[in-house]
Parts: sequence; structure tokens; C-alpha cells
Amino acid sequence: MGLLSLFSRTTRKALVHLPAGSFTVDREGKLMTSTLPQSFPEEYIREIAKQVLHCFRGAEKAQMPMAEIILHFSALKVLARELRGGAIVFLMPQTLNQPQKRA
Amino acid sequence: MKQILTIARRKYPHLRLVVLTGVRDEQFRTRAYAMGVDQFWIKPESDQEIGLFMESVESLLSREAQGGFRGVQSKSLVDIIQLECMSQNSCVLKISNGLIDGKIWIQTGEVTDAEAADLTAEPAFQRILGWKTGSFEILPADPDRPRTITTSYQGLLLNTAQALDEAASQMPEAPEAAAQGKATFALAEIAQWPGVECVLSLRGKNSKDYYGLEDAGPVAEWLHDTLTNFQHLADRLQVGQLQQVIGAGPRRKVALAAFGDAKLCIGFGPAVSSDQLRETFKNILTKFVS
Repeated sequence: MGLLSLFSRTTRKALVHLPAGSFTVDREGKLMTSTLPQSFPEEYIREIAKQVLHCFRGAEKAQMPMAEIILHFSALKVLARELRGGAIVFLMPQTLNQPQKRA
Repeated sequence: MKQILTIARRKYPHLRLVVLTGVRDEQFRTRAYAMGVDQFWIKPESDQEIGLFMESVESLLSREAQGGFRGVQSKSLVDIIQLECMSQNSCVLKISNGLIDGKIWIQTGEVTDAEAADLTAEPAFQRILGWKTGSFEILPADPDRPRTITTSYQGLLLNTAQALDEAASQMPEAPEAAAQGKATFALAEIAQWPGVECVLSLRGKNSKDYYGLEDAGPVAEWLHDTLTNFQHLADRLQVGQLQQVIGAGPRRKVALAAFGDAKLCIGFGPAVSSDQLRETFKNILTKFVS
């Protein structure tokens, strides 16, 4: 039980089920529309939006403006399209049995 | 679950991690493996499944019961292969350089076969030994594997060392490297691939090599920030490693990937198709990481 007592005082976060769906944010990162279930934490949506917008702005600053980015994670694929300063973001969970098309 | 796995991995690196759950969810399975578990099992429901589960756990534990020391150490592949062969061991070495997995079969102290990407036998062995960094795992022997390598392990290592030396000495001059600024030959070679317009390689935050870019500074900063931030996002969302980022814009398409502390950005022309970009990037990564 020694292992379990190590984190008895810490906050335990359950593994959140990744939904398939999309959401749009404005240029400030404010959520406009979403098809994601309410069980998916809004803080996660805000964090994804923040990093996506940061990436688009950084690319523009580096003289390499991007209209679309695709993020390939082990268990998730994210496609984001720039939308007049904001973005529309699609979440596509990946599973081991799914053929993963990537470079 | 993530906290348990993280703490266990950090504080008890010698522990084997097996997830046993009643939740039938492919996504959880994928993410558990992405977090580094050794096995993921749905709770067995029949005697046969219980038997298979117990065999699997015993197989994991039997590697520990054989004794010896475990620890983190940096050894060259040559050292590892020599150690296994000189001890007359039989095993399968699974080696990964982060992007590609390779295997070397050893039977009673002799290298009998090798496999890496689309190569087999001696070419695969040479490809694997050309990798500069990576990790390895010793798997149970596979005595039924057909033998494709008949050279002794000493001869194999000598041949490989000679082939790698010859390959290194044959690298031609990059004719436009001087005019384009700082560029290693490897980047100049990458820039010859169809559709590639520019290349940027970054080690740490500031050490960069580039080809085909007039002002690499802002691109390097964007490359570093993008890959770092999205990897942090991956950790936050518990979705495993960030494998790559593909971007498309009016002037250019880009592909980004990280290997350890190195980051790579390849710029393609805007007309390059997605399929060609994927295929070219995959081939470049294979060669670059090698």
C-alpha cells in the first residue's frame, strides 16, 4: 500500500475520454460553437485553442503563414483551419486498430 | 491512471506495468500504451483467458527472475551485440531510434537475422548500427526464425564499420551550401528531394542549420515553440507523443518533427500534394534519423 499512499494527498484526475468532434473559436480564443460533449472539459478546449492560435500567429510572424495545421499525436489527430483570425478545430481520436495515415 | 503510471515509472523504473481493466475501450488501450505500459488486458472471463493472462505475466516476470542488473546506461549498439554474442546468449534485440524499430536475432551467440524498415539480413543490420541514438529491449529468443545471416558476429561488425566509414567518406560537396549560408551536407541532400524548398534543423533552442531560407531565425523560433508547446499539450491531454505537425499555407507547406533534442522543419512548395508530402517526409525522416 506504500505506493498508494504516495498520492493520497494529491488531486486525482481521471483519464478523460477523447471525443470526436469540432469547435470554433474567435481571434481571442473564445469558444463560439462546439459539437463536443459537455463531459469534455472546457479547459482542455481552451488549451487546444490557445496553442493552435499561437501556432498560426507564430507562423505568420515567421513569414510562413499557415491556413491549416494537422497535429499527429499517438492517440489523437487534430486538424485546425485558420478562420479570419480564429480557428475551427477538429478532434479525431486514434486507436491502435485504426490505420494511421501520416508521413 | 496517468499519475500512477508517471509515479511508478519515475520512482520504480524496474517495475513492469500491466493494466488490467474491465473497460473495453480501444482509446484507453491506445493511450495506455502511449503512456508506456508493458501490457494492457481486459479482465479475463474464461479459464482460457485467465491462463493466457497468467502466462503473459509470468513471461514478463521470468525476465526478472533470471537475475542480473537493470539500470539506465548508455552503451553503443556494438557493445550490446558483443556482450550478447560473447555470452553465447539467445535473444531478440528490439532497437528503436525513436522513429523506426529494428530487430536483431541472436541464437547461441551468433547473429542470425536482422530487420529494419523494409530491409532484412545484413543490410538491415548495417542500417540499425548506423543509428546514433535510441533505446533497446531484450526480448525472448526466437529459435524458429530462419537464418539469413551466416557471417560471424565479429565479421559482421567489421563489415558494418567498414561500410559506415566508406559511406561517410563518400559524401560529395554540396555545391550551393556556401552561397546559401550555414548548411550541413545532410540538409543540402534533403533539399534535393522532389518538392522540398527549404530545410531547418535545430538542436536545443539556438543551434541551427538551414538551407534555402533567407532569415532562419524567426522560423527556428517558431519551430521550437510549436513542437515544445504541442508536446506540452499532448502531456496535458494524455494523448502520448507528438509525432509530427503538418502545415499548409498559401506560400508553402511544412512538416515538423522532433527527435530527442533535435527538431526538423522541411518546407515544400505550395503545389505539392498531401500524398507526395507525406511520402517524401517519411523517406526524409528515415534517412535523417538514420
